[in-house]
Amino acid sequence: MQEAAIPTPNQSPAIEPIIRAEKIEKYYAQPSENRIQVISATDLSIIPGEIVALLGPSGSGKSTMLRMLTGLSTPSAGQVYWHNKPVAEAEINVSIVFQSFALFPWLTVLQNVEAPLQARGVPAEERRARSLKMLDTVGLDGFESAYPKELSGGMRQRVGFARALVVEPEVLFMDEPFSALDVLTAENLRSELLELWANKTMPTKAVFIVTHNIEEAVLLADRIIVLGRNPGHIRTDFKVHLAQPRDRKSEPFTQLVDFIYKVLTKPDVAPAEAPDQTGPKVRDQRQMHYQMLPHARPGGMAGLLELLLDKGGRDDIYRLADDLAFEIDDLLPIVDAAQLLGFLQIEEGDAAITESGTAFANSEILRQKELFRTAALANVLLLRQIRRALETKSDHTVPEDFFLDMLDEQFSEEECLRQMETAVAWGRYAELFDFDSGRRRFILPDAQEEEIAAAEVAK
Amino acid sequence: MSLQHTLARPLVVSRAWPFLIDVAVGLCGIALFLGILHLATYWLGTPVPVVPISHSLSALPAYAFYSLGRIAIAYLLSLVFAVSYGYTAAYNPRVEAWMIAALDILQSIPVLSFLPPVVLAMIALVPGHQFGIELGVILLIFTGQVWNLAFSFYSSLKSIPREMLEASRIYRFSAWQRFWQLEMPYAAIGLVWNSIVSVAGGWFALIACEMFTMGDRSFQLPGLGSYLQTATDAGDLKALGTGFAVVILLVVATDQLVWRPLIAWSDKFKFEQVESADRVTSPVLELLKRSALLSSIPGRLWSRVEEPIYERLSHTRSAHVVHPLDEGERKPRISAGYVVLAATVLAVVAWGALQAGLMLRSITLADLRLLLEGAGATFLRVNASLVISAAWTIPVGVAIGFNPKLARIVQPVAQVLASVPATAFFPILLIGLVKIGGGLGIGSIALMLLGTQWYILFNVIAGAMSIPSDLREVATLYHFTRWQRWTRLILPGIFPYLITGMVTASGGAWNASVFAEYTHLKDHTLETIGLGAQIDAATSSGRFPILLMATILISLMVVTMNRLVWRRLYRLAETRYKLEG
Repeated sequence: MQEAAIPTPNQSPAIEPIIRAEKIEKYYAQPSENRIQVISATDLSIIPGEIVALLGPSGSGKSTMLRMLTGLSTPSAGQVYWHNKPVAEAEINVSIVFQSFALFPWLTVLQNVEAPLQARGVPAEERRARSLKMLDTVGLDGFESAYPKELSGGMRQRVGFARALVVEPEVLFMDEPFSALDVLTAENLRSELLELWANKTMPTKAVFIVTHNIEEAVLLADRIIVLGRNPGHIRTDFKVHLAQPRDRKSEPFTQLVDFIYKVLTKPDVAPAEAPDQTGPKVRDQRQMHYQMLPHARPGGMAGLLELLLDKGGRDDIYRLADDLAFEIDDLLPIVDAAQLLGFLQIEEGDAAITESGTAFANSEILRQKELFRTAALANVLLLRQIRRALETKSDHTVPEDFFLDMLDEQFSEEECLRQMETAVAWGRYAELFDFDSGRRRFILPDAQEEEIAAAEVAK
Repeated sequence: MSLQHTLARPLVVSRAWPFLIDVAVGLCGIALFLGILHLATYWLGTPVPVVPISHSLSALPAYAFYSLGRIAIAYLLSLVFAVSYGYTAAYNPRVEAWMIAALDILQSIPVLSFLPPVVLAMIALVPGHQFGIELGVILLIFTGQVWNLAFSFYSSLKSIPREMLEASRIYRFSAWQRFWQLEMPYAAIGLVWNSIVSVAGGWFALIACEMFTMGDRSFQLPGLGSYLQTATDAGDLKALGTGFAVVILLVVATDQLVWRPLIAWSDKFKFEQVESADRVTSPVLELLKRSALLSSIPGRLWSRVEEPIYERLSHTRSAHVVHPLDEGERKPRISAGYVVLAATVLAVVAWGALQAGLMLRSITLADLRLLLEGAGATFLRVNASLVISAAWTIPVGVAIGFNPKLARIVQPVAQVLASVPATAFFPILLIGLVKIGGGLGIGSIALMLLGTQWYILFNVIAGAMSIPSDLREVATLYHFTRWQRWTRLILPGIFPYLITGMVTASGGAWNASVFAEYTHLKDHTLETIGLGAQIDAATSSGRFPILLMATILISLMVVTMNRLVWRRLYRLAETRYKLEG
């Protein structure tokens, strides 16, 4: 095996893929003829013999991708093939290990593992024998008549693995299988999974793992696919040539992790292909006027900027995450938000604090709010609009629905609510407005209301 | 592979006199069999609309048995109907909204309004057998039980976590397997609690419906309801007292022998990740678990039935593919069957509306004015009873809830009291009221109170118990005044529970109004102005247009109140006043 830290792009393999996705897309129709694009046309295939990791920030459609590949969700366009047969018609043999385990709490461990076999009509004795053997393999011998709630999280995920493996799937899918577990348990389960894979104890031909943990991807995968968001698309797809077992501290390993961080933080470049122009108009979120607000809190930004200042104003994002023991899903929104407000800049995977960022980090709380207010009004369209609407209206209050209707044109329903939540948090912090959550209305704070009234009288 | 059950749940429980329990279980089975046999011969006999009621003590067990039988059958019917209705609504997006709206309206119609159409239809359907009349009464009880069960099952289905659904799809569960391993267990707890409320509603309806007059036809079926009613008519206080005692006995026995074991058993369906410390225990369930007969036979029988089904289902075409969860969104295909069904339903509805319209034409303006006045009076009465209930149950409930020891004793008692049918107690109360010179005006509010206050009480107790003790400590620490304590801590804390209790109570109060405003005592009829009285009187005299109009009015008021008041308060409770743990 080659020792190469800088990854080579994935060549289209000669081996016949088990699952092949052709130009799959996902979008949600809006009442107003617009569509919210979640995943843009994507090709992807899973070939025998590899562990594939799908990495991406939240909102990049990782889970949606997994569900389309397994046939749980129908692509809005394009087709997924299982051994060259469309998934909807093929007898596909896959399993999913879920983040929340998704065990049936009213069934015992053994009954949980037996359930998929029952669905396949395996006779009772054989079912029991196979399930017990699988429980033995994952180290749950003796727990067969316990109920899931009597077990620890790690044990429960072992049941999840046993249930997934007992049907001898050709492809084992995993949706953030370790993220609900504590660090040590996750580490332990990961290495056991690798052991099962290496010893060919499981008949599985390929593993597909969705994760937001970069190190986890580099530890496990033979191939890594990085997704970008707005809408979800493949940023890069490459093979990992490090030999197993991999050492987190080794130079090639850290270089690879660093490389992925760079990919993830690099501003998005336009996809190679132009978006599909046929059919109803597809809204591309990069061309619209509302920015997507990263879901970060002002306090988090202040904390990050202060840390950055302590480190001389510039540091590797990877190292920052390490220092804070953050995963990318936690750190990236904060970095993005600070960048949006002009408090820092991203250069080659490094975060560099700007002048206004330095001023912000060095100020006390009231001054910080003032700087934040200025930056928010200058950079965030939604906040500017809310503030302007409040100042113009005679009673200085505006219902939330008014802005939700405008956001609705661009974001999915769920995302609209999250955007609004973030806007409210930022606006309240900056004292731009107040929000009455009972009546769902924005209100101008009292003091400013008086000021405006006074100004009007003076006129 | 050897079977080792180490560390697992102990398979051998220490068994105290298991043999005796087996014998007892066996005897219960034989008794049940004989009972059904007896019921069957009575049902298949020639119809006797008015069965003479004896007031001797020795007749009571038989009456109790008949009444219980009716309730049990009506309950089973309700359960089957609720499950099928909820299932259909949850999985057919095209009809979902319609079905739920229909449920909303049906729920608001008082049981007694169903009486004439249901009973007449059943007698016509099964002529020549007592079963026809019986079925009519059973269906009436059914209408008093079924709606909340259907709601509960439907909302459980809609709230199954997405990943659980995905697991059942990716492992290619058949609809059958999904039903038994996912949907039914997930809905079990909601069904059990709603069953308690439902059966209480069933008792309420039963007492009132076993004996009634419709136009020139009288019906009197053997049972506790008829017993109590005839005792009231005859002014036989002793019989009334014993009859009432038997009702209470049955309610308490049902609570101890059926509901408590069921609640304790359904604990295993709790959808939670950790085992909770405080659980309902039931000695009866513990005993049953020790019965060797019960613990092995049903399981074995069930797997006999189950295995071939799984075996067969696995060979079907649909068992070999993964069905996408969002398939409904993609195919707006309309099948011919659907069109035919929709057209039929539409035709029936149109015909019904036309008939109703023709019927309503015979209502005079004077009738309508009377009805509207009645509606106003009943509206005021229902709300007065709610206010009175809340006024006393809030302080008492909070006092009890803040004292955990007391709460543990009072809570189950309040639950049993809520199940005691107010209609059974009503005659006693009324005789007392008439003696001290009160009329039905007060009496009807009292009846509504009897039916409603317990629901509010036990919800308030639960609410007070749920207020975290650190919040109470804060109130003490900062020397909150009594006013502050109530407005800042207690009322917001119990708000969601209070609303839940009030919603249930208001439904009950509307239903009760029909029985409360019109009653026979000895030889004369007591009546007060109200919509309920008009429904009752219209049934007795066979004036169906008035009955229909009054029902529409009641239903309209209930649905409007629900939409305008309760649902909003509910949402407020869900969002603003939710204590997140």
